[in-house]
Amino acid sequence: MNHPYLALNDDERREMLNKIGLNQIDELFTHIPEAVRLQRPLNLPESMTEMELKNYFHLQAGGNNVAGLSFLGAGAYHHYIPAVIEHLAGRSEFYTAYTPYQPELSQGALQAIFEYQTYISELFGLPVANASLYDGSTALAEAIIIAVRETKKQRVLIPAALNPFTERVIRTYTQNLGIQLVALPETDTAQIDPEKLTLELKAGTAAAVVIQSPNFFGILENLPLVIPIIKKYDAVPICSVHPLTLGLLESPGRQGAEIVVGEGQPLGIPLSYGGPYLGLMAVAERFMRKIPGRLVGETTDKNGKRAFVLTLQTREQHIRREKATSNICSNQALCALRAAIYCSLMGPQGLRDIARRMYNNAHYLFAKLREIGLEPMYNSPFFMEFAMKTPQPADYYLKKLLSKGILAGYDLSRAHPYMQNSLLICATEVFAREQLDAFAVEMRCVL
Amino acid sequence: MTEKISPQLIFEKSGAQKQAWLLPPSSVPVQSFTELTALNLLRKEVLNFPEVTESDVVRHYTNLSTRNHGVDSGFYPLGSCTMKYNPKFNEDLVKIPSFSEIHPLAPPEQSQGSLRIFKDLEQYLAEITGMDHMTLQPAAGAHGELTALLIIQAYFRDKGETNRTKILVPTSAHGTNPASAAMAGFEIITVTCNSNGLVDLEHLQNLVNQDVAALMLTNPNTLGSFEREITTIEKLVHSCGALLYYDGANLNAIMGLVRPGDMGFDLVHLNLHKTFATPHGSGGPGAGPVGVKSFLNQFLPVPVLTETEQLLSWNYDRPKSIGKISGFYGNFAVLLKALSYIKALGGPGLTQASRDAILNANYLRIRLQEYYEIAAPDTCMHEFVLKAKLPNHIRAIDVAKRLLDFGIHPPTIYFPLIVPEAMMIEPTETENRFTLDSFVARMIQIYTEAAESPEILSTAPQNTPVARVDETEAARSPRLRWSPVQD
Repeated sequence: MNHPYLALNDDERREMLNKIGLNQIDELFTHIPEAVRLQRPLNLPESMTEMELKNYFHLQAGGNNVAGLSFLGAGAYHHYIPAVIEHLAGRSEFYTAYTPYQPELSQGALQAIFEYQTYISELFGLPVANASLYDGSTALAEAIIIAVRETKKQRVLIPAALNPFTERVIRTYTQNLGIQLVALPETDTAQIDPEKLTLELKAGTAAAVVIQSPNFFGILENLPLVIPIIKKYDAVPICSVHPLTLGLLESPGRQGAEIVVGEGQPLGIPLSYGGPYLGLMAVAERFMRKIPGRLVGETTDKNGKRAFVLTLQTREQHIRREKATSNICSNQALCALRAAIYCSLMGPQGLRDIARRMYNNAHYLFAKLREIGLEPMYNSPFFMEFAMKTPQPADYYLKKLLSKGILAGYDLSRAHPYMQNSLLICATEVFAREQLDAFAVEMRCVL
Repeated sequence: MTEKISPQLIFEKSGAQKQAWLLPPSSVPVQSFTELTALNLLRKEVLNFPEVTESDVVRHYTNLSTRNHGVDSGFYPLGSCTMKYNPKFNEDLVKIPSFSEIHPLAPPEQSQGSLRIFKDLEQYLAEITGMDHMTLQPAAGAHGELTALLIIQAYFRDKGETNRTKILVPTSAHGTNPASAAMAGFEIITVTCNSNGLVDLEHLQNLVNQDVAALMLTNPNTLGSFEREITTIEKLVHSCGALLYYDGANLNAIMGLVRPGDMGFDLVHLNLHKTFATPHGSGGPGAGPVGVKSFLNQFLPVPVLTETEQLLSWNYDRPKSIGKISGFYGNFAVLLKALSYIKALGGPGLTQASRDAILNANYLRIRLQEYYEIAAPDTCMHEFVLKAKLPNHIRAIDVAKRLLDFGIHPPTIYFPLIVPEAMMIEPTETENRFTLDSFVARMIQIYTEAAESPEILSTAPQNTPVARVDETEAARSPRLRWSPVQD
């Protein structure tokens, strides 16, 4: 058989067999018991050439309909991706390499990850960032496991306004580890209530408290108020953030959070129907040897020249096996590279500008929607996403606006069935005023 | 020649007030942020990010790429990692805007194209592995292991057999096996292996009892040997009511030859970034789908696909599910590349890929066995392990570093743990005879150098961007980020 992806042809196969003293390739399979061998060809479609694949997949892609204007967020966000990122992350020396086990031949990837760790450490305000985890949800699960192991306590408080998909993931991760996840009560502001939090913490049995800010409803938590309460009762404050809000907002680490995690998809990673994304994590010094996943450290080569290398590997599964801090092996390195390039392009000014633009856009849209008669679900400070009550079930408006090429947001009843008439709306930096106006105009037409 | 000067970090190239990217002007009114100020939420100090231009960024990362070695750069026989060629079409495929810009929570009517990709890939992977149902949600192999082990927990909890707290793991297994079992809340019991890395049947027999939930098995194992006694193992494990778990790290050796499902495995995980040619990305992203037999279907992560009257959608109504394992549905772009790979090769092509992988490995094994001791001397599958113990105290690490000088990424070293000075070689089917012969020639040269001029080996590499890197220093005083104030 000849195929572009296979390196040998039949002549070469025959010659190689001869060279190693065999006549038939089947002689190499004699140790596979006859009884279990597959006696028929695999039942798969006929092979396709590149031209056929291209036609086929373009046809399949037509089954997706990307809305011209999308105000849908709820955990994955539409941000602009500068052209440079695709070009640089498309360098095959990066994307066709394995985990940089051999540092002398992997300085490029190692240095890029070291820079990534620096960016995340700086952004989150904590000294140690790892080389990436799978996504924001699994990063939070790992954060909880760190806190539980360190404090030797089992109870973890989670906010009522936590992203529901993330909540499902952390429940899955912790279900067999004796960890008790306790949801804080819902409040009218959709924020953590300091009094109720204190009540839950008083017994001193909590390992950690999770804060998501902005939370699922886009609302900012009062970190300067809440974090000191958590610390007073010796629990670990864990913050989950949207990284681009931190162009404007103070780093949670500087406000006292000891573990900060987040979904890194906004940092130059396409939506791609949910993945691959990027789990961000940074921790306080005391958790350095408890952090899961790869870490790149700076060192020297034997001539004293600066070099980078995977380090503190005794935390990891290939050395510690069942005693490892996590089972993670492959991570999301190429996504981390994209994030590093994104941060390099943006610089401090770019990140501040984007954060401001998101805030301005969302607040402008919010005001416009109020003008046409929509009421907010909560009267709390938000950043770039907010929840509105709708007269009819949200799905009605979603369908109406989709016919105009507008994806109006997220129908909150999909996550919380009792939130029948509520729409979660997100406006990132990508919109111009006319587009925000257009949304309000079309919305008014269907109200 | 490669650059000999230490490259600067991007942070060290910063010049005040340069910008590599600009937002367009906007007529949206500017907010005053009074709310944020009142809550004391505003950032007080400017982020210490570099200020550089677009060309600075491009040159910086392009230079870094030249200090890295990928499959496209040269031979990469990293055992167990399956560094096969990554077809270029697949890289373009995932950039089709309808695939790259679709939001995971877009209504199903708007995302039928993506959902069809999931449906087809689930079906093909089930056929290749001989399993009944798949989930594509896990993001990597170890994530798939964790998913499968949580399914095992849920299954026995559902049956009321909560006494099954132990997972059996052979000594030749990947470190992720015991680590994943621990994260799923199991106790790990180690099964000894013989010198071929094959399961010690007598030991296994002594270990299987009512406390055991499953045996995790990699077949072919990490020494490249096929478990000949797989049917005996299967009967032993199932006779005590435990489950048999297939670590699919080495599935690339058996496509179309033998299927885990037909060998009696109840669950499998796959590494699409190994077997199905999706790139490793310097460490990820991968994808780690899990397949199960039908009696475990109800425990799969939510959501699962349902198809009704031409409409595919996600179904969360699964009361016995273990829950969600990823934020959304898995690494969609990786899954798409794997599907394209399967479609490009078809059934006969995938089978040929496995046969060629086995031929290439055995070709290297036989050509090298005159010089190096092979850990499991019989016929191997897609990879084999040699003991790089040479004269003058030359060890596996020295051989590895010398290979770097020849532009070859070394094989996996010091794994599996049961072989001293292990060097695990996996050429894959995408390397031609010329490459394999050149590798053999280099390995023979190293063998000769060990006897005649060992200092070449102990001081290698010489031709790489940096010389041998001090890993001990890195771990002793960890410097894990750049900081403006140098020590």
